[in-house]
Amino acid sequence: MNRPRFSQIITVLVLLFLHAPLVVLMVNSFNASRFGGEWEGFTLKWYEKLWEADEVWESMQITLKVAATSTLAAMLLGTLAALALHRCRSWLQTIHLTLITLPLALPDILMGMSLLAMFVALGIETGMLTLWIAHTTFCLSYVTMVVLARLQDFDFTLLDAARDLGATRWQAARRVLLPLLLPGILAGGLLAFTLSIDDYVITFFVSGPGTTTLPLRVASMMKTSRSLPMINALSTLMIASTFLLVSMSFRLQSRNRRA
Amino acid sequence: MLTAPSLGWLILFFALPGLLTLTLAFHLTDLRGGVMQGWTLETVKSLADPLYLPLVWRTLWISAATTVFCVLLALPMSWYLAGLAPRWRNGLLLLIILPFLTNFLIRIFAWRSLLHPEGPVKQMLLWLHLVTEDTLLLNNSSAVLLVMIYTQLPFAILPLYAAAEKFDFSLIDAARDLGAGRWQAFRRIFLPGVRQGIVSASIIVFVCSLGQYVIPQFIGGTGDEMIGNKIVQRAFTDRNLPLACALAGALMLAVFSVGLVLTGLSRLFHPSRFRKRSYQA
Repeated sequence: MNRPRFSQIITVLVLLFLHAPLVVLMVNSFNASRFGGEWEGFTLKWYEKLWEADEVWESMQITLKVAATSTLAAMLLGTLAALALHRCRSWLQTIHLTLITLPLALPDILMGMSLLAMFVALGIETGMLTLWIAHTTFCLSYVTMVVLARLQDFDFTLLDAARDLGATRWQAARRVLLPLLLPGILAGGLLAFTLSIDDYVITFFVSGPGTTTLPLRVASMMKTSRSLPMINALSTLMIASTFLLVSMSFRLQSRNRRA
Repeated sequence: MLTAPSLGWLILFFALPGLLTLTLAFHLTDLRGGVMQGWTLETVKSLADPLYLPLVWRTLWISAATTVFCVLLALPMSWYLAGLAPRWRNGLLLLIILPFLTNFLIRIFAWRSLLHPEGPVKQMLLWLHLVTEDTLLLNNSSAVLLVMIYTQLPFAILPLYAAAEKFDFSLIDAARDLGAGRWQAFRRIFLPGVRQGIVSASIIVFVCSLGQYVIPQFIGGTGDEMIGNKIVQRAFTDRNLPLACALAGALMLAVFSVGLVLTGLSRLFHPSRFRKRSYQA
């Protein structure tokens, strides 16, 4: 069937549009020129400078801590939520599903602002705890969606079979359901981890002194021109790690589908 | 029993803060940046300040323009992607999603260095004699719009692709056999077929754009602020939490009404209505 070439051209142009800025950025991280207008030779000096910037690595630690703890919490809550949504149909689940999907659709600024309002009203100091709560909240929705999609092809008669063979409910869940769902849960977790590391808007509202995550650090570095080439280097490292996480997540999901 | 943990969490940390934001709007701030006791309409009334009018207008037109451009670009892409072999299709989808999973700030930073007065785009345009030495590519509303489109495009492509994937392309063959031109088949068969995708793509892009503040802050100039920037200013610079909440509450209501109106419109313009009208004509 022949397709209009017009759509093909648009697709190629849009893909170029999406990737060109990132490619230029990565190339410029090796460029001796400060502004990257022209190529002034290959250098690793921006990476060396980045290596010596202690505050960046401090932020990295905070980011990873927040991402790891909130991903774990979101994996637990999200898996339970997906099971509940898949098994039961009631008005309660309708509310539940609405509350799960709304954070995906609402602009981040609203979630950030309302969480800040609540923390201030309750007199809770913003810091690690508030960051963890906020990140768990938005990660929860993503994990639920991924696990829910996975549950769609899960054969629940396997659980009945386990029960018939004498397994208790708990045993059936742990020995049959969990291993089969695990790739989906991990894929959701990886997505949540990526999103948590990347989040700027919500983090901006609920972080406190001493909890400057990597995106917040990048934002403050953007204000001083001296550190601009360092951001190129840092970005390149971050893009590389994101690609790694995403390809892991994709592999998990596709292996899952084949099984 | 399974529902309890996640539902409890979401009520506590999503629904309640949202409602609290709406109620805080009916309070006044004290001098230390706290919230005063007692209910008042003062804060909500202060939203009528003419100062906000240009901001609202700018927020609306930038969001609308972003939506239109994103949907216009995503339509031919979804048509093309849906017609590809699955192998190619998944690869291209991954290529579309990858930049979108890259850190949001990094993408903004990338554009900032591209459009920088000494950056590559300026140098190239100078070389092509399209701009002069003192043209500013950064800190204006076109730059904001460009980067908004850049960050929102995947949100338009994915729902439209999902709709196009379900679309039965043999209908296009049928239309062509019956003598329709390519453009006619696209407009009369494909567009109504992916109507639901167009609606979801528009809602997602428009709503996300409404709440945007980081792009105007880093890409735009002082005259490119949107409602989101004012929320941040009120909350952090002025430390006037009730006023920030009132603005956020207004944005929340706007977001919900946009969602409801667009869903309603899509029901109103159901394809069956179109067909009836064209028969009469």
